[in-house]
Amino acid sequence: MHELTITEHLLDHCIQEARSQNASRIRTIRVCIGELRGIVPDCIQIYLDMLSEGTIAEGVRLEAEFLPVKVSCRDCGQEGEITPRHLACPHCGGLNLKILSGKEFYIKSMEVDINGNKSTAPDHGLE
Amino acid sequence: MEIKVLHQIMDWNEDVSEEVKASLASHNICMINVMGSPGAGKTSLITSLIGTLKDRFRIGVIEGDIAGQVDAERIAGLGIPTVQLNTDGACHIEAMSIQHILPSLPLDDLDLIFVENIGNLVCPAEFRIGESLRITLLSIPEGDDKVEKYPLMFTDTDCLVLNKYDMLPYFDFDEQRVCSNYGTVNPDAPLFRVSSRSGDGICDLADFIAEKAGNSQS
Repeated sequence: MHELTITEHLLDHCIQEARSQNASRIRTIRVCIGELRGIVPDCIQIYLDMLSEGTIAEGVRLEAEFLPVKVSCRDCGQEGEITPRHLACPHCGGLNLKILSGKEFYIKSMEVDINGNKSTAPDHGLE
Repeated sequence: MEIKVLHQIMDWNEDVSEEVKASLASHNICMINVMGSPGAGKTSLITSLIGTLKDRFRIGVIEGDIAGQVDAERIAGLGIPTVQLNTDGACHIEAMSIQHILPSLPLDDLDLIFVENIGNLVCPAEFRIGESLRITLLSIPEGDDKVEKYPLMFTDTDCLVLNKYDMLPYFDFDEQRVCSNYGTVNPDAPLFRVSSRSGDGICDLADFIAEKAGNSQS
């Protein structure tokens, strides 16, 4: 339930950012979450539904991209990806790892309407 | 249209955490964030540490709880300046809450502040509170799978306390599993085997804290 306070700040920042870009509506918020973090996108979506009511973000959709845990192995010297449930070097099985990434949590981008023009996503042709 | 944002979501808390840290540094205070599950023995550990450290340091305590003040009363009973921080249902303490409550403690007369976080292995790991040292407890009865299940908590801590270590013979607790997983995700942080009840292992942990506190004061 720590997602509630996180969502409040997330939404505030997005609305502020959208206004500074003269956006009239926020359609989608895209976030990146490292696999090591305990952040549940479904919870954020539920809180967004509640908190965005009556704002330019009403009905906003959250898209979360999970980023893998990357490690370098102090035994074999190679780099690789692991899951938190299997904490071992994917190459040699070694347990002497250095975590390189996997704790990220940031807003990557937003899909917005500017001056009432409906959002478009020309690059990938979706929507 | 798409607009790029690239904003660290937790900055709002991290910024306040840095302010709290700077404010504590100006008072030469080392703040210790004590985290662990409900029932892991956080209050008992703090109580034992106070007993061991009180001759060397002037100690204060911030007792975080969702509701009530039984833990705060227990600590205040030791003659230690204690404030209760009720989160009214929230599952963790944020830096802003610490910033608000710090003036209730006699900061000019303290060297160490223990903050007992809310009993929870998930949420407190996400929020820095201006601490110089993070201590995570895992008690033997909780089981040996916690490092895999709650990786952020064990990755970001400065030390792990295996508490209620005297209970080891009575539980199917694979100590090697915890040591190996913890050593993998946090290879440079020490592990202490402690029983707050018998006092075993408390001195080693107290020395570790004293060393860190000494460093943050120098």
